[in-house]
Formats: sequence, C-alpha cells, structure tokens
Amino acid sequence: MNDSNPVVARLAAVVKRYGSLIALGGAELQLRRGELLALLGPNGAGKTSAISLLLGLIRADAGTVELFGRDPQAIEARRHIGVMLQHAELPPTLRVGELLRLTASYYPAPRGLAETAELAGIGDLLKRPYARLSGGQQRRVQFALALCGRPELLFLDEPTVGMDIDARQKLWAAIRRLLAEGCSVLLTTHYLEEAEALADRVCVMAHGRMIHEGTVDALRARVAIKRIRCLSTLPLDTVRSWPEVCEVRHEQQRMHITVGEAEAVVRRLLDADPHLRELEVQRAGLAEAFSELTRDADIAPDAQQREAA
Amino acid sequence: MRTAMLATAPGAIERMATRRVLGAYLEEARSECLRYLRAPGFILPMTLFSTVFYLMFGVLLNHGNADAARYLLASYSTFGIIGPGLFGFGVSLAIERDGGLLTLKRALPMPPGAYLLGKMVMAMIAASIVTVLLLLIGVFLAHVVLSWGELLAMLLAGMFGVLPFCALGMFVGTLLKGQGAPGLLNLVYLPMAFLSGLWLPLSMLPRTLRQIAPIWPSYHLNQLTQAAVGMNNGSLLPHVLVLLGFTAGFLLLATRRLRRHG
Repeated sequence: MNDSNPVVARLAAVVKRYGSLIALGGAELQLRRGELLALLGPNGAGKTSAISLLLGLIRADAGTVELFGRDPQAIEARRHIGVMLQHAELPPTLRVGELLRLTASYYPAPRGLAETAELAGIGDLLKRPYARLSGGQQRRVQFALALCGRPELLFLDEPTVGMDIDARQKLWAAIRRLLAEGCSVLLTTHYLEEAEALADRVCVMAHGRMIHEGTVDALRARVAIKRIRCLSTLPLDTVRSWPEVCEVRHEQQRMHITVGEAEAVVRRLLDADPHLRELEVQRAGLAEAFSELTRDADIAPDAQQREAA
Repeated sequence: MRTAMLATAPGAIERMATRRVLGAYLEEARSECLRYLRAPGFILPMTLFSTVFYLMFGVLLNHGNADAARYLLASYSTFGIIGPGLFGFGVSLAIERDGGLLTLKRALPMPPGAYLLGKMVMAMIAASIVTVLLLLIGVFLAHVVLSWGELLAMLLAGMFGVLPFCALGMFVGTLLKGQGAPGLLNLVYLPMAFLSGLWLPLSMLPRTLRQIAPIWPSYHLNQLTQAAVGMNNGSLLPHVLVLLGFTAGFLLLATRRLRRHG
C-alpha cells in the first residue's frame, strides 16, 4: 500500500474502559485511502469498541480518534462514511427502495438508486418489503445502504455472514470495485478467506491491543499450525514424545495431533503404525490460529508488542 | 502535499445544502409513518381500544344520555390519544435499541433529532386518526352535536396532546429493551387512564383517588379535551403548563439516558 496516501481513519494510543474492564488499552490503527484493512481477533478482543469509537458511537477515555482528521461525533465527518453493522434489524414493513431512499437522504451527494442497486446486486429486490427477504438478501440490502451515500470509507462488520457462496463472491467483487474507485474499507470478519481475498493489510487484536499487523501472508506464516486426525493404536505418550508435536489427545476414538510441520509427523506416524487408517491433515481454522496468537499474547505481551510495533 | 491533495482530499468539508438536510428530516418522518401505518399489529390495537370502548359505553350501553355521550367522547379521545404516544415511542424505541437500528442510525450521518422528530410526526398522525374516528362515531352514532370550532379544538388536542405521552413513552423505551416494553407500558397506560377518570367519571371514584388525579398527565389532557367539547369551562392554562412541564421533564430524562446508555 502506498504510504503517501492520506489517512482516512486513525486510532492513536486509545484507551476505553467500561468500569474496571479495559476494552482498549492503547489501540493503534491507521487506515489509508483506497486500502482495505481487515480487523481480526477473538470475541472480546476490542474490535467492536474500536469500530464504535470510529463511528462516534462511544467516546474514548484517552487517546486520539479521528475520521478524516475530525472527531467522528461530528456529523460532517460521518457524511463520508458508509456503515454495515453486524446486527441491525431494519424496519420490516419498508420496501428496499424506500430504505435506500431514506438512507441516501442523509448524504450530500449520494449515488442514484439504480447505480446503488446495480453495485450491490439488488435490482430485483427494490419493490420487496424488507421482512420478506431471505437472510442473505437482507445482508445485500444492508450493503447497498452502506454504499448508497457514495462514501469514502466503508465500515463492514461481518458483511457476509448468512450469505451463500455465490452472494459472497458478488459482494467481494463489489468491494473490489469500490476499492478501485479509491474508497477505503475497514472490514471485520471471522472468515480468514475473506480477509485473504480482500485485504491489503490485516490487523489482529487481542486484549484491547493490536498484536499483529501486516499482510495476509505474514499472518498465515505466524499461525502455521496443522491438525492431524487418524485412527491409530499408537499410545498417546509415544506420539507426544516426538519433537514436532505440540499436542495429542483422543477424541471419539480418533487421535488428534497438533503440529507445526505436518509432513515429518505423518511420515513417522505411518512408519510407526502400519494399520493406521483415515488419515486427515488440515490447516488450523482461523479460530485456532487466533487462539494461538492470543495465547502467545497472554504469555509474552511485551515481546508481542515489540513485534507489532 | 496539502495543496496537491486539495481537489481530491478525502473527507473535504462539503457543505450539505440546507434543502437536502431538510429533505432528510422529511424522509425520516415519511419512512416512520409508512412503516407503522403498514403494520396492522401496531395500528389496530391503538385505534381499536378507544373506539370499541366508546362504541360500547358511549353508544350501545348509553340510553340517550347526551351529556354522557359528550363526556365519554372527550375522555375516550384522551385515552385514544395517549396510546400512539406511549406505544409509538416506547415500543418502537425499545425494539430499535434492541435490534441495533438505533445504533446504525447514530453511526449514519442522520441529522440530529430527525429520528425523534420522525417518531413524533408519526405519533401525531396516529393520534389524529384516532381522534377523527372517535369524532365520526360521536357525531354519527352517538349523535353528539359539535360545532366546527369544537371539532377543530378536538383535532388540535389530539395532535398536540400526544406529545407529553411521546416523552413518557420515550423515557420508558430507554428503560428496557425489546419485547418487555409493551407490558410495562400497559402497566402505565391502563391504571393511569382509570385513575384520571378516562373510563369512569372521576366523581364515581373514591375520594382519595379523586384527589390524587391531578398527578397524572392524562388528567390534564382530559381537562383539555373536555373543554374542547364544551364540558369544562375552567381555566385551561394550568393544564397546558403542567403538560408542557411534563413533556420537558421526561424528554430531558430520556435524552440523558439515551446519551449515557444508547
């Protein structure tokens, strides 16, 4: 990403407390024009607080929160953003076209109805009441509402939850079009493949701080954990003693092995147990990867911070 | 750098034309009206409660007592006017806080106040509809004779009388989220209606209840609707002032809670 592009959203040394709970403890974030930043992290990591601050929904206890160099609580700053929240029950009796017309009215120079509908792929839904739409269609309409104001910065919170594969691909294509026009996107998602498909940079949060920031590949490299499953009569202790093995356990008669490098362990397994059956090797899911990352953050917060910095 | 970026600087202050800002207020009000007028579950109980009561007690069970028909027209109008305020504001606010719509609207560049103003307009229209229905029943079925002035006064009472109850409903809507609101609102609505003489004239209530009746805002609105149909010749100013104060008080409480707790 071109570092000379202007910053559109910024968190600097932001602290947010809820009573004794520290939701954000020195959060740092910069989003530049035309860039898609994926904000990842386990539940409770502080993603929602970070987004809520940038949307002007809550105030920081300390630090700087800026949208286009201004306070997000100023309506002038928010006239340049589009928002798709994870949970928003829109008025069920309003038709899609009416919802678009209402939302577009908040902006100084919104897109035309036809352009919005085409971009979000909802041209066939305009006359339908919102309540009559499927979950995936409702998400597409919410996406349309987010982009109808011709925003320069889009906040997308878990945009593809409840969408089928086809709808998800179309949404990704629309996001790429917006990025190409110079729009910036702050995306929160639980799908690593979504971040991988779209993001220029990913930012992983844990315990109210950014513990990793970089490209998608850099993130993958950090959480390169594989899972091996098989039916084997080998004793757990034997497998546990192998150097590459992080963890072994039995679950429903199957042996579950967590490893860094799968190949060496698989070779050794097959040698040791000629009757081994139903061998499966999987890259760890995003949730596991994050729990690894965040467990690291728990153990050595200082070292992590240095690396993130 | 700055000058080079000026033409395309992100988030450049772009004044939104006043006409467009006004348009946003109008759109908000229009959407709010459309969505609720299309929701039978919302509009029917609100209109049926008072009209059915009036049909029963003011027309069917009333054997030609013109004063009773007139008194009940005003008191059931008060009853009917309160509903859209309490429920239109209270229930919708509680549900929209719960469902995330309010959060979304706060994040969007919706002009400040448009949300509440939209709901207010909706409540005023719904209250006017209830008033008109009751007036139609009063004039054509209960044979209450009303002058144009009296009709107009009733409509005005309906349109503006709903506002204190919008404020009360809004306050209740900030107290709890989701589906609990209708229950709590009914706990306010029905006893308050009874205790301020909307179902039975105050003179038929025990003395203590009669004496505390002025603490209920519905009592004061009822004095206004009674005056509108010529059943109250006392001074109206105190009642108007009490209702204004009541509106301001609850509006203040509610906005404070909204700002603090969202």
